[in-house]
Amino acid sequence: MEKRFVYADNAATTAPLPEAIAEMMPYLTEKWGNPSSIHGKGEEAKAALVAYREKIAGLLGCEAGELLFTSCGTEADNHAIRGAAYANARNGKHIITTKVEHPAVLNTCRALEKEGFRVTYLEVDEEGRVSPEKVDAAICEDTVLVSVMYANNEIGTVMPIREIADVCRKRGVLCMTDAVQAVGSVPISLHELGVDLLTASGHKIGAPKGIGLLYIKKGTRIKNLIEGGGQERGRRGGTENLPYIAAFAKALEIAYERLDDNGRIAKMRDRLIDELTKIPRSRLNGSRTERLPGNVNISFECIEGESILLLMDMAGICCSTGSACSSNSLDPSHVLLAIGLPHEVAHGSVRLTLSHGNTEEDVDYIIEKLTGIVARLRAMSPLWNE
Amino acid sequence: MYSEKVMDHFSNPRNVGEIENASGVGEVGNAKCGDIMKMFLKIEEGVIVDVKFKTFGCGAAVATSSMATEMIKGKTVEEALLLTNKAVVEALDGLPPAKIHCSVLAEEAVKSAVADYYKKNGIEKEIPGCTGDCAACHLHDH
Repeated sequence: MEKRFVYADNAATTAPLPEAIAEMMPYLTEKWGNPSSIHGKGEEAKAALVAYREKIAGLLGCEAGELLFTSCGTEADNHAIRGAAYANARNGKHIITTKVEHPAVLNTCRALEKEGFRVTYLEVDEEGRVSPEKVDAAICEDTVLVSVMYANNEIGTVMPIREIADVCRKRGVLCMTDAVQAVGSVPISLHELGVDLLTASGHKIGAPKGIGLLYIKKGTRIKNLIEGGGQERGRRGGTENLPYIAAFAKALEIAYERLDDNGRIAKMRDRLIDELTKIPRSRLNGSRTERLPGNVNISFECIEGESILLLMDMAGICCSTGSACSSNSLDPSHVLLAIGLPHEVAHGSVRLTLSHGNTEEDVDYIIEKLTGIVARLRAMSPLWNE
Repeated sequence: MYSEKVMDHFSNPRNVGEIENASGVGEVGNAKCGDIMKMFLKIEEGVIVDVKFKTFGCGAAVATSSMATEMIKGKTVEEALLLTNKAVVEALDGLPPAKIHCSVLAEEAVKSAVADYYKKNGIEKEIPGCTGDCAACHLHDH
């Protein structure tokens, strides 16, 4: 098969959409005013900011006043968790989250533990899900916040967020969800979803890196993370990044228009899963059904992920791994360990994340190359016996 | 991330395989940490006439194994024991700091294989830098 370039790491970042880049350009070249200025140049920018915020609110099913823009998804996660914890500390200092959260959530919770908060990290089942009943059972008298990710960035497992939000509402506890991987991939309507706080990131859906958002349901009290000149209705200081907000709005609009295409992506995902799990001693990580449309995560026994990645890269395929060798620690992915994989199996995992740009030809190419790479590495592995 | 030499040895590793009835076999590392190196030596009259390896691990683990086998092939056992992880790193034009432990494993794999050869032949010689008590000797404890 002829060599191709296949980008299958869309959970890491996506190629910026030309439409999103075109949308942001006027705010770099002509309409570069500061939305806080009261002169014409500022008014021009302010009007655009208002319009984009309304557009995004319309797509996400919330009010414009419930959205604030951040520099990235990580900032939004920090803001939501710290802000909610501090604002409600006099009601209690207990936070509930899960063992499979993104480091932006996990490490924020760990930092809060050092400040006197108590955090429960819920176990997940073998598919990476936490049940609403489990959340319910973990809520104590002093619980103020539940933070459960909408969809997992490594294994693509989609959590029952609506049901978890119901539990939280009944128990009088704030519900926050890190939806960085979900927004744009699954239809989300915020007011129906029922969460109090939600975070998203632009570069996962075709906007440039450097823009995130935080949804704060009307009436939810949270403290500020960044103090400044009263932007974002006094909730986040710093001149609004209008060019990136414009790109984010355009990318989100396109993502919602393309939600229908997710069926095609899910079909490609399923073909990858079906073919790659035919390789002996391989296993799918995560859920077969409750799964993001583009996510494939498979472990191959007796080989190591970084080696797979390097050979995939040489073949022109970009993907990622949960092996320790891809990080600075000796432990493989905390998510793979949380779903019960032994260390040695977690080291041999590969994550392929597809998006709208991928084709059936890409899938054929990945299957052919990855099958060969697994065989090649097993042939030199002292652990492998045919 | 890696030098051209590392990528060359990773993508075209030298001396991959096993030696039947090897004079000495050494295995170091453990699967839990994600690296295992197994080294096979064929020794005739004190000279390493052939060497093969099998490695489970990252790019640096494969490349350091490959380079180490090249560096000791044709050498006397005593010369092979002088191979340091630093020499392997230098021969590969450097490794990222997080990967230095792979070169240590390569050095230990050679020493472990020689230790096996000594044991099989009743040779009571010291192995430089080997206390007889490193992780390699306790591999099967894991």
